[in-house]
Amino acid sequence: MSRPTSIKDCASGYCPGCLHGVAHRIIAEIVDELGISQDMVGVMPVGCASLSFSYWNFDSIHGAHGRAPAVATGVKRCAPDRVVFTYQGDGDLAAIGLAEIMHAANRGENFTAVFINNSIYGMTGGQMAPTTLEGMKTSTSPKGRDETTEGYPMNMCGILAQLDAPYYIARFALNSPQNVLKAKAGLKKAFMAQLEGKGFCFIELLTNCPTNWGLTSLKSLEWMEQNTMPAFPLGAFKDGGVRV
Amino acid sequence: MAEVKILSQYCKGCGFCVKSCPKKVLEVTQEVNMLGYKYVSPIHVQDCIACKMCAVICPDAAVEIYLPTLSEEEKVS
Amino acid sequence: MEKRFMKGNEAIAESAIRAGCRFFAGYPITPQNEIPEYMSRKMTEAGGVFVQGESEIASAYMVFGGASMGTRCMTSSSGLGICLKTEALSYMAGARLPAVVVNVSRGGPGLGTIQPSQQDYNLITNGPGCGGFSCMVYAPSTVQESVDLTCKAFDMAERDRNPVIVLTDGCLGAMMESVELPMPQTPGENLEWSLAKSDRQARIIKSFHLDPMDQEQFNENMADLYKSWDDNDVAVELYQMQDAEYVITAYGICGRIAKAAVEELRLGGVKAGLLRPITLVPFPRKQLAELNPQKVKKVLSVEMSIPGQMFIDVREALSAEIPLEFLGRSGGVVVEEEEIVSAVYKMKG
Repeated sequence: MSRPTSIKDCASGYCPGCLHGVAHRIIAEIVDELGISQDMVGVMPVGCASLSFSYWNFDSIHGAHGRAPAVATGVKRCAPDRVVFTYQGDGDLAAIGLAEIMHAANRGENFTAVFINNSIYGMTGGQMAPTTLEGMKTSTSPKGRDETTEGYPMNMCGILAQLDAPYYIARFALNSPQNVLKAKAGLKKAFMAQLEGKGFCFIELLTNCPTNWGLTSLKSLEWMEQNTMPAFPLGAFKDGGVRV
Repeated sequence: MAEVKILSQYCKGCGFCVKSCPKKVLEVTQEVNMLGYKYVSPIHVQDCIACKMCAVICPDAAVEIYLPTLSEEEKVS
Repeated sequence: MEKRFMKGNEAIAESAIRAGCRFFAGYPITPQNEIPEYMSRKMTEAGGVFVQGESEIASAYMVFGGASMGTRCMTSSSGLGICLKTEALSYMAGARLPAVVVNVSRGGPGLGTIQPSQQDYNLITNGPGCGGFSCMVYAPSTVQESVDLTCKAFDMAERDRNPVIVLTDGCLGAMMESVELPMPQTPGENLEWSLAKSDRQARIIKSFHLDPMDQEQFNENMADLYKSWDDNDVAVELYQMQDAEYVITAYGICGRIAKAAVEELRLGGVKAGLLRPITLVPFPRKQLAELNPQKVKKVLSVEMSIPGQMFIDVREALSAEIPLEFLGRSGGVVVEEEEIVSAVYKMKG
């Protein structure tokens, strides 16, 4: 097992222990294994993953905050032979970009949507996100997220699974090697579905944010297991176009 | 015995690999790389069973695991 | 050249397809609905793609995606919808992506009215979006000009790798006229910069810079581009200006109505003339500055916007020795030819 060639020979811009790095690595591995780096178009968000601009070794587009699914719609419709994926954080996808992801999913756009859920806005310094957990402290929910005024963590997989068009919707976690391998298998399944023209696939990856959770890298994995994963159960929500 | 190659220039010393290794092969050393992080190295490489857990969890793709290429006679034995 | 009797909005859509536009995304808003409607009928026939986005914002970013792949793309809207697209326009300018954006203006502000106006001038000509970028702006005054300028917009957008805006209005959009349609062009793929597949290294389409010095360099390059527009790309109609004593400045539908007024004034023995900007960006400052105070007694700026917006640019460019007056209707009210004629007689004294 070696470093994938679909990421460049440079260090990533992420904080130590940030699982964005794992998500990037398994996507790059899949691209290598399917031999599709010439076909790839990655549509990146505005947020920590903007840092991927110097990291991917295939074509990428950095659009506006929350608009990746719309950009990807334009890309895939104009170049159907390309393998297109969007890569968004929870603020990008579930807050400002909720309309875009809902309607790209509802149109069944044939691209793979990767959703990185670490329950916080990372790049901007740790603000509350739609997936921030109940009682979770952030820089804009200093006393902890209060459901009576700020609502509950949004179950994006569950929401999108209500739509008829999406083909495969599943949630994985990147907190342990075993879960990373499952996530990679799920992602590969989604990319294969795209290659077979099966339509919209949505893969949610639970991740961490050591810096803004105020924890060490290792502690952030434990925190994930004790807090994030109970709030966001893993598994498939739609498979083969059928709600599971 | 597998070959454990740490790309120390990319390692950020997060310790995920150290924690994930079932054989405690890896340790965060006091050596500092170009990025200013203390990087990991395979202290007990002889114990490595090439399960690749370290490489799978590494956020920086800084771990490479190579199985030994058995020479002819080793294959026979 | 094919001759056809067409509605303004549909003529714009047809000329876009003939100019090689192969991706359109739009959203319903009066008075531009015929454009997405026409595209929904004709785009697939032309081998292109039509998408109705969930919002003007999404539609604009679909165009951003399509343009990244080297495809000729267009979106259209009216007033409010253009406001929603301004972030995307800024992104396209920042990422150097060509696209054509059509604004079929309506009365405002706010929900305003669905009747025609020219109340978006400032928004459109002063860099429609954040970051101080600029877009070339074409202002057709007839359905034929709408066709010609839409075609030209695609070429200019690609030449400069910058969005181009066609600023029209509900009146021009709704009226029907006979037009000559250009020959269909087959679109290129912009292989030199786009993500269209070719044998090359990985490329990135992005508008952000980590180092402000790089961003500054980018801004300087754009400033040079905008300057080159002033030098090379100004388009203006000078109608009966050779001996004009009373000059009317007006663009778009107002320019057309003002032309009729000039003809009527000439019949009445008044030496009237029309200076009609066809490109609002780059604005014909030179032509205005060259108006000779000895020959030109007064200038009347006519606009379907109160307060006047182009009026400010005219006043800035015009010699201070020439008195300048303003005639404006607004909110969807279309200025009448007689109003212009009597305003000139009153101005003449």
